[in-house]
Amino acid sequence: MTDHLEALVRELVPPVIGVLVRRGADFAAAEDAVQDALLAALEAWPADPPGDPKGWLVTAAWRKFLDAARSEAARTARELRVHTEPAPGPVTDGDDTLELYLRCAHPSLTPASAVALTLRAVGGLTTRQIAEAYLVPEATMAQRISRAKRTVSGVTLDERGSLVTVLRVLYLVFNAGYSGDVDLSAAAIRLARRLHAVTGHEEAAGLLALMLLHHARRPARSRPDGSLVPLAAQDRSLWDTDLVAEGIMILQSALARDRLGEYQAQAAIAALHCDARSTAETDWVQVVEWYDELVALTDSPVHRLNRAVAVGEAEGARAGLAALEPLDPKLPRYAAVAAHLHEKDGDLSRAATLYAEAARRATNVPERDHLTREAARVRQAPERP
Amino acid sequence: MVKYLLLKHYRGAPAPVNDVPMDRWTPQEVSDHIQFMNDFAARLEETGEFVDGQALAPEGLWVRYDGEGRPPVTDGPFAETKDLIAGWMVIDVDDQQRAVELAGELSAAPGAGGKPIHEWLELRPFLEATPPADE
Repeated sequence: MTDHLEALVRELVPPVIGVLVRRGADFAAAEDAVQDALLAALEAWPADPPGDPKGWLVTAAWRKFLDAARSEAARTARELRVHTEPAPGPVTDGDDTLELYLRCAHPSLTPASAVALTLRAVGGLTTRQIAEAYLVPEATMAQRISRAKRTVSGVTLDERGSLVTVLRVLYLVFNAGYSGDVDLSAAAIRLARRLHAVTGHEEAAGLLALMLLHHARRPARSRPDGSLVPLAAQDRSLWDTDLVAEGIMILQSALARDRLGEYQAQAAIAALHCDARSTAETDWVQVVEWYDELVALTDSPVHRLNRAVAVGEAEGARAGLAALEPLDPKLPRYAAVAAHLHEKDGDLSRAATLYAEAARRATNVPERDHLTREAARVRQAPERP
Repeated sequence: MVKYLLLKHYRGAPAPVNDVPMDRWTPQEVSDHIQFMNDFAARLEETGEFVDGQALAPEGLWVRYDGEGRPPVTDGPFAETKDLIAGWMVIDVDDQQRAVELAGELSAAPGAGGKPIHEWLELRPFLEATPPADE
């Protein structure tokens, strides 16, 4: 299967689900049938590419749906005709694709279920790919998805959830990065692009811009052995300037509409980093201002913590430590931030202790290893007089 | 979405409430216990939270490197080893709260007299293999 065909078939999954639903299939059955058709397409298309891919998928999916409905009918000994000729469902005016995003990220779902369902029904990934990406058995992922579908199958239009939950789900997918063959960050960008195209919403734009700007830095964020490179030490020539330019353009046109939201504010911070040739040349004063906006919008302690780092750069370590003072030391990464600020302030032994504590509290291996090396580095550094 | 290791200990855990060794139970109590464990795993498969589960033999070997060109040294098992793992289950859940809830359910497995064992289970979060993409 060439990448081109695989990309094409993925793009077709949401509209084909829409066709089946309009023909009267319920969402869960339609989604199952399209997943079966998708697997058949991945098998058949490389040797025999169809002239009309969408028509091919619709036909295959409809057949799968009828087969499933028939066996279901036989199993329950119900009247066959009712299932093979479903009454046409109401034709929705709203966009099928947006409808699908909202349903798959419905607030009644747990985050893990919403993520899995979104990747399959909107993202066109196979169950196996999703299972591999999240390092769970395929059977477990299949169950998670089918439960999620049962949960949302009865959801009606007026209780369909909101764009806010969709954006949160896409951000979760993005942040999972990639392990194994499936690049979840790339999948999230694809989903965010389509959501932005469908809705034109400024926060969908903000999220897309944020993802692009973070993704642009990915080649510089880790060494070939997987170890982390902190922002200050990154080789900025490795940043993807096309992605940066696209992210900034999308962000600027969103900001111009003057309806600020948390994703636009985060993207603005990412853009300021991407604009600078080094951390020394970064406009930290503006970064702090954007953090002020972000904290005002979200009141999130995690953003306050990151703000303290920016304050440390803009106004010096003491100011950063003062910004840290009111925050809860139990916050994730608090110890890492405190270590960095104390090192900057010249208190190396305290920094070393805090780096070691941060390493113990890290939630992923590369970060733990990085913080352990930081503790070792600071301990070996000569004390400043 | 966090993976947790649920550890069951042969020894090393604090004493459970219903502290009667398994070989003193009735055969039916043993069967009921095993059935409970199987049902628990099956239920987690259905909820899409099951990753893996294994039981371990109570006795193993200790092994260490003994220098270039020499075979590894083996020793043990040591009677004085305080902590002995009996088996594990790996679960993939939304948050710590859910992990605690499930461990609590597993700890209610029936023992002597058909009453819950109230066994202490150890819950250890996995470290993720990759950092978040927004760093």
